[in-house]
Amino acid sequence: MKAGGPERTAGPGGPGGRDRAGRAPRRARGQDAARFALMALPVAFFAVFFAYPVAAIVSRGLHGDGGWQLGRIWDVATRSDIRHVLWFTTWQALASTALTLLVALPGAYVFARFDFRGKQVLRAVVTVPFVLPTVVVGTAFLALVGRGGLLDELWGVRLDTTVWAILLAHVFFNYAVVVRTVGGLWSQLDPRQEEAARMLGASRLAAWRRVTLPALGPAVAAAALMVFLFTFTSFGVVQILGGPTFSTLEVEIYRQTSEIFDLTTAAVLTIVQFVAVGAILAVHAATVRRRETALRLVAPDTTARRPRGAGQWALLGGVLVSIAVLLVLPLAVLVQRSFDAPGLGYYRALADDDGGVFLVAPIEAVGNSLEYALAATAIAVLIGGLAAAALTRRAGRLMRGFDALLMLPLGVSAVTVGFGFLIALDEPPLDLRASWILVPLAQALVGVPFVVRTMLPVLRAVDGRLREAAAVLGASPWRVWREVDLPMVRRALLIAAGFAFAVSLGEFGATVFIARPDNPTLPVAVARLLGRAGDLNYGQAMALSTILMVVCAVALLLLERVRTDRTGEF
Amino acid sequence: MITNTGSRRLAVTAVGLGLIALPALSACSSSEASGSGESKTVTLVSHDSFVVSKSVLKDFEKQSGYKVRVLKDGDAGQAVNKAILTKDNPQGDVFFGVDNTLLSRALDNGLFQPYEAKGADLVLPEYRIDQDKHRVTPIDSGDICVNYDKAYFSEHKLKPPQSFDDLAEPAYKNLLVTENAATSSPGLGFLLGSAAHYGDKGWEDYWKKLKANGVKVVDGWEQAYNEEFSGSAGGKKAKADRPLVVSYASSPPAEVIYADPKPSTAPTGVATGTCFRQVEYAGLLSHAGNAKGGKALLDFMLSKEFQDDMPLSMFVYPVREAAQVPPEFTRYGPPAKDPETLAPAKIAADRDQWVKSWTSLVLK
Repeated sequence: MKAGGPERTAGPGGPGGRDRAGRAPRRARGQDAARFALMALPVAFFAVFFAYPVAAIVSRGLHGDGGWQLGRIWDVATRSDIRHVLWFTTWQALASTALTLLVALPGAYVFARFDFRGKQVLRAVVTVPFVLPTVVVGTAFLALVGRGGLLDELWGVRLDTTVWAILLAHVFFNYAVVVRTVGGLWSQLDPRQEEAARMLGASRLAAWRRVTLPALGPAVAAAALMVFLFTFTSFGVVQILGGPTFSTLEVEIYRQTSEIFDLTTAAVLTIVQFVAVGAILAVHAATVRRRETALRLVAPDTTARRPRGAGQWALLGGVLVSIAVLLVLPLAVLVQRSFDAPGLGYYRALADDDGGVFLVAPIEAVGNSLEYALAATAIAVLIGGLAAAALTRRAGRLMRGFDALLMLPLGVSAVTVGFGFLIALDEPPLDLRASWILVPLAQALVGVPFVVRTMLPVLRAVDGRLREAAAVLGASPWRVWREVDLPMVRRALLIAAGFAFAVSLGEFGATVFIARPDNPTLPVAVARLLGRAGDLNYGQAMALSTILMVVCAVALLLLERVRTDRTGEF
Repeated sequence: MITNTGSRRLAVTAVGLGLIALPALSACSSSEASGSGESKTVTLVSHDSFVVSKSVLKDFEKQSGYKVRVLKDGDAGQAVNKAILTKDNPQGDVFFGVDNTLLSRALDNGLFQPYEAKGADLVLPEYRIDQDKHRVTPIDSGDICVNYDKAYFSEHKLKPPQSFDDLAEPAYKNLLVTENAATSSPGLGFLLGSAAHYGDKGWEDYWKKLKANGVKVVDGWEQAYNEEFSGSAGGKKAKADRPLVVSYASSPPAEVIYADPKPSTAPTGVATGTCFRQVEYAGLLSHAGNAKGGKALLDFMLSKEFQDDMPLSMFVYPVREAAQVPPEFTRYGPPAKDPETLAPAKIAADRDQWVKSWTSLVLK
C-alpha cells in the first residue's frame, strides 16, 4: 500500500535482483525509494513510541536543578548497592544459563536422537513454560518452594528467599529454548558422519568431540546467549521470587522508579542495561552468522531411533524425571493450589469486585489481556511486516542500521518504556494517557523484533527470479509482492503473529506501569494479587495463573494434533 | 531463538485465542471514560491498609449522592509514588494515605490541589500542617512501634525488649522482622525513629548492629505482620517464627477485637521505647476528574462519623477534637508517652539519602 506511489517511478521493469541493480541505476534508485517508503511507517512508529518516550524518561532522570547532571552517572554506577545489583544480575544470569544447559542438553539429545512413545506430547509439554508469562512462572515456583508451598509442607523447606528459587524458575522457563535450538539442529545432523569417524578408528568420545560438537557448537552458543539475555533482563520471575534482597537491573529500575522514586538512578541503570544487552545481541548476531555455515543436514525422523541398552534407557529415564520434577511439578502444584478452597472458592472470588485490588473483578483481566494482545499483534504484524519487506534485499549500511534499530526494544528496559509512555505521551496531539491503545502499543514494541526475525529469513528465501519473471510479465511491484511473496510467506506471517501474540499476552514490565486499574491485564492482576497478604489473594493469583496456563497448554496440544494430521497427508 | 516448529505452535495458539477473544473485542467499546465531567462517582486512591465500615460509606453515598470507588494501590510508599507518576492523569479524585514521612515528596511534586476541608478548624493543633495552602488534610495518627509476642517471651523466660538499644542485644538475635524502608511506611517510620533516637551519625551503626543481630526485612507490613510475626492471628496460622515485628501501638487492641472468643488480655505487647509518631493525610488530587465529589469526600473524612469509625476499622487515632477513642485502645494499647518525632523539614531534607544508605547497608 505504502509502496504504491513512489514505486511507480521505477517504471516498467520494477525491482530486479540485487546483482542486477548496478546495471540499471534508474531502477535501483526507484527501488531505494520504494524501500524507504516501506520503512517510513516503522521508523515513525519507533521514533514516536520508542525513542521519544525512552529519551524523555532518561533525560528527566539526568536533568535536574537547571542543568544536565551527567556527573551523576558515575556516582550512581559506583554506588555499592548498584554495584551489587550489577554483580547479582550478571552472576545469576551466568548461573541460570549454565544450569539450564546442564539440565536441558541431555534433554535436547534425547529429543533429537531417541524415539519413544509420547514424544510429541512431551515436546509440547516442555514448550508450555516458554509461552507462559513470567509472572505465572514466578507464581508456580512460589507454590512449589514458597511459604506454605509443597516443599514447605512436606519437609519444611523454603527456597523463596534464596537465589535457588530464581535459578530453578529460570531453568524451567528456558528449558525449551535449549531443547528447540540445539535439539532441532542435533536431530538433523547426519549420525553417519560420526559413525564414519568411528569406523576410521576414532574412539566414541573423540568422534563426538571432533564431529558432532563442532557442528553443534554454534547452536549451543546461540541458545546459551538467548538464555543469558532472557535471564539477564529477567523481571517478573525475580520480582515475585526475589524478595527485597535480590534484584536484577530490570527489577531495580522498577524499584527505583516506583518505590524509591529515584529517577536519576533509574535512568542510569537503563543506560547500563542498554549497553550490556546491546553487547549480548551483537555477540548473538555474530554466532547466528557463524551458524549459517553449511552443514550436511538430514530429515529429523531418519536420525531418531528407540533407545538401546541400559545406558540409553537410563539417560531417557533421567531426562523424563528431570522434566517431571522441574517442569511438570511446578505447574501441577500451581493447579492444585488454585483448587485448594472448598467449592472452587478462589475461582468464584475472581468474579468479585469487592477486593479493591482493582476497580473491576479480577476475572475481567482475562478479556482485557486477550483484547490488548490482539491489538498489539495487529500493530506488530503491520509494523514488523513492513520493516521485513523493506529489509528483504540485503543492502548497505543504512539498512543494517535499520535492522539493528528494530532489535533495540529487546534491549531497553520494558519498565523504562512503560514509564516513558506515561510521562511522554501526555500532550496533544499525542495525548494518549487515558487511551486503552497505550498498552497494545507498548506490547507491540516487544513483538516487532520477533515478527521481523521470523519473516525476514522466509522473505529472503523467496527466489528473486520469480519476482523478476512477474515483473517482466508486466506486474506492478505491489502486485509482484501480492502474487509472489505473499503466498510464500503466509505461513511465516501466521507464525510471526503467533509470536507477537504470545509475547504481548505475557508482557509485564511495561504493562505494569500503564495498565489502568479499571483495565488490568492478566500478568498485572496476578502480580498485584500476589503482593497482598492473605489466603484469598494468594489463591486468586493461583487461579488466574492457572486459567492463563490452561489456555496456552490446550492451544499447544491442539496444534500438536493439527501438525501430525498435516504431516500425515504428505 | 526458537525453531520453526515452536513458532508454528505459537501461531496456532494465537489463532485459537484470537477466536476466543473476538466476541469480547466487538462487545467492548473501551471503558476509558470514568470520573470525567459531572460524574456521580468519586474515586478514592489509597494504600492496601485502607478500611472503612460499609455503613459509614453508605451514609456518605446517601448524603452526597456520590458513589464511592476505592482503589487500593499497594503499600503506602508505592501508592504515593504511583500517584505522583500519574498525577497529570490521576487514577482517582482523592488520595488518602500519604504520611508525614513522605509528605514532602507528595507536595514537592505537586500531587495535590488546595482545598480546605470543612472541619479543618476542629483538627487538634498538633496535627495541623500546610496552613497557608491547605493542600493536605490530616486524617489520622498512630505510633509505629515494635510489637512483641507475649507467649514467646514467657515461654522462653525472656524479658521483652523495651528500647531501640535492647533490639541489638544478643538475647534478641534473629527475632525481629521489619519492613523495607524504601517501600513501606512503618518500615520507613522505624528507620526515621532510629535516626531521631541516634542522630545523623549514630543510626547507621545501630542498623549495622541490628543486621548483625539477624533482623529480617520483608517488603510490606501485611507480609511482616500477618506472615512473619508469631504473635498475630495470621502469623499463628502461617506458623510464623519471628516474635518481634515493627507494627503499630494499636496492633494489640486489634488482636483482641478481632479474636473470637475475646481474650482477657492482648496476646501482644508494645516495646514503648521504640515508637515513632506517624500522621496520615489526604488531599484533593491535581487534575481530579471529579473535584466537586472529591471535596465532598474530604469533608466527610474529617466528619465526626468517619473519625469515630477509623479507630476500629483502621486502628489509628482520630485527629478531630472530641472524636471517640474506643475503650479497648486505652486498655490494650495506649498511645506511646514519648514517641520519637522528626521535624517535617528534617525528614524532607534527609529522607531519600537515609533510605539509600539504609538500603545499601541492610539489604545489599
